[in-house]
Amino acid sequence: MELTIENLSHRYGDMTVLQDISLRVPAGQILCLVGPSGCGKSTLLRMVGGLEYPELGRVLQHGAPPSDCLNPLTFVFQDFALLPWRSVAGNISLVLEDHGIRGSKAKAIIDDVLARTKLSDFRDALPRQLSGGMKQRVAIARALAVNPAVMLLDEPLSALDAQTRELLMEDLVGLWQRQSFTAIYVTHNLAEAVRLGHKVAVLSRRPGQIREVIDITTPLTDRAAGDPELEALQAHLWSLMREEALAADQELVDG
Amino acid sequence: MADPAQNVPFRGGGFRPEARRGAGLVVFVVLLLLIEWGTRAGWISNLTLPRPSDVATTLMELANSGALWSHMGPSLTRLVVGSAMGVSAGIGIGVLIGLFSLVRAGLIPLVAAIFPIPKIALLPLFVIWFGIDEGSKYALIALGTFTPTVVATYGAVDNVDRTLIRMGQSFGLSWLSIVRKIVLPGALPGILSGLRVSLAIGIILLVAAEMLGAEYGIGAYILQAGSLYDLERLFAGVVILSALGVLTSWMIGQVERRFLVWRS
Ligand SMILES: Nc1ncnc2c1ncn2[C@@H]1O[C@H](COP(=O)(O)OP(=O)(O)OP(=O)(O)O)[C@@H](O)[C@H]1O
Ligand SMILES: [Mg+2]
Repeated sequence: MELTIENLSHRYGDMTVLQDISLRVPAGQILCLVGPSGCGKSTLLRMVGGLEYPELGRVLQHGAPPSDCLNPLTFVFQDFALLPWRSVAGNISLVLEDHGIRGSKAKAIIDDVLARTKLSDFRDALPRQLSGGMKQRVAIARALAVNPAVMLLDEPLSALDAQTRELLMEDLVGLWQRQSFTAIYVTHNLAEAVRLGHKVAVLSRRPGQIREVIDITTPLTDRAAGDPELEALQAHLWSLMREEALAADQELVDG
Repeated sequence: MADPAQNVPFRGGGFRPEARRGAGLVVFVVLLLLIEWGTRAGWISNLTLPRPSDVATTLMELANSGALWSHMGPSLTRLVVGSAMGVSAGIGIGVLIGLFSLVRAGLIPLVAAIFPIPKIALLPLFVIWFGIDEGSKYALIALGTFTPTVVATYGAVDNVDRTLIRMGQSFGLSWLSIVRKIVLPGALPGILSGLRVSLAIGIILLVAAEMLGAEYGIGAYILQAGSLYDLERLFAGVVILSALGVLTSWMIGQVERRFLVWRS
C-alpha cells in the first residue's frame, strides 16, 4: 500500500506543531522520519494512522491491502502500550480476538510471531516481568500478528540496548525481506535511519517542516555497519539536524 | 589509600506494602490484654469499659442460645442485598459517567448533591416510600453504598492509561472490546479500593437503620443493650460489627489477590 501526506499542518492551541508537510511513501518501502525532540514526529504518525485529525491537509492510502491483512495500518508505540494484566500471548491474542481468530488458529499465529521475535519462552510472562527490550519485542510481535500492510513505528528501538537494537534491526530487515511492507519509522538515531530507510525525511524543529528527503539506493541487505557511503550520508544528516537540535534544546516545550 | 573498606550505606527499600502476617492480630491482642488488666486492676472503671473476658462470655452465651444467628441472619441479608444493589448500580453508572461526556455532565452534579446528605436523615422518607420493613433498609444501604462507588468508579475509569486505549483503537478493536478488555480491567484496582469504603459505609448504615426500626439485627441488639446500659452486650454487638468489617475487607483483599496479580 502506498501512502501520501498532502500539505498537512497542525496546531495544538496556539502552538504550530506541523507545518505544510507533504510526503510520499511508496508501497513496500521504509521511510525514516528523523527530527529533533518535540518537532511533531509522533503527532504526524498518529495522523497517518488515523488516530488524530490533522487541522489542514490529508493523508491518503492507495490501493487495497492484501486479503490476509487484519489491520492495514499498524502501530508500534514508543512506550510499548502492552496491557499489564495480560500475558505476552494474551497481549497478542487481544488483537486477534476481534477478528474472530481464537483457539488453534490464534495459537498458530501467536507461536509464529513469538518465534520470529524470539519470545517463545516468555509466552505466559506478564509485562512487568519483562525487560524494556523484551516488551518492545512483544509489541513488534503483536504488530506482526495482524499482518500489516503498513507499519507505523515510533522509535521502536530507542528503549533497547545497543546489542539488542543491532539484532532487532537485522530482524526488521529480515521481516521486510520476507514480505516487503510499507513503513514509516520514526527515530532519533541516524544510524538506524540510514540502515533501515529507503528514504530519510528530515524534519526541522517545531514547527516541524520537511527540510530534506534523501533517497538511499543501496539495498537494505547490502548495508553493513561500517559502509563509507552510509557513514557519509549519516554525517550529512547530522549536519542538517545539528543546528535544529541545538536550537530545539534551548526552547521551552510550551514556550 | 589504606582506608579500611566499608559497605556502601543502604538507602533503598521501603514505601512498598508487604504482607506482615499476624501484625494486626498482635495489636488487637495487646489492646485487649491491656484493657483486661486495667479493668481487673481497677484503673479502668467498670462503668467506662467492660472486661474483655466478660464480653467474650456474653458472646459465647449469645452464640449458644442461638440468638446470635437470629440477629446476624437479618443483618447479613440486609447488608448483602442493600450493598449489592448500591454497588452494582454504582459501578454501572460510574462506568457510564467515565465513558460518556453527556452522562458525566448530567450526573456528576447530581452525585455531588447526593453524596453529602446524611442518608440516615432520609430513613423516615424511605419508610414511607418503601415500607417499614426490609424495603426501607435495603434502600438506605443501597443509596449509601451507591454514591462512594460511583465516585470511585468514574475516577478509576478516568485514570485508565489513554495510550492503551489508543493502542486498542489502532488495532481496530471495537468499542465494546475496548471497554471490556482495556477500560474495565484497567479500572478494577480503583473500583475495588472504592468498594472497601462503600462496604464500610454500608455496615454503618445497616446499624443505623436497625436502630431506628427493627426487632432483630445487630443494630437492634446494640440499641437494646445501650438503653439498659448493659455494657457487655453493647460491646459484644460492637465486636460483631468489627468482625463484619474485617470480614468484608478480607474478602475484597482475596478478590484483589485473585484479579490484580499483574500489579507489581
Ligand atoms: N495531545 C496534545 N496536546 C497538546 N500538545 C501536544 C499533544 N501531543 C503533542 N503535543 C505537543 O506537540 C509537540 C510535538 O509532540 P510529539 O510527541 O509529536 O513530538 P516528537 O517529535 O514525537 O518528540 P519526541 O522525539 O520527543 O518523541 C510537543 O511540543 C508536544 O508537547
Ligand atoms: Mg515521539
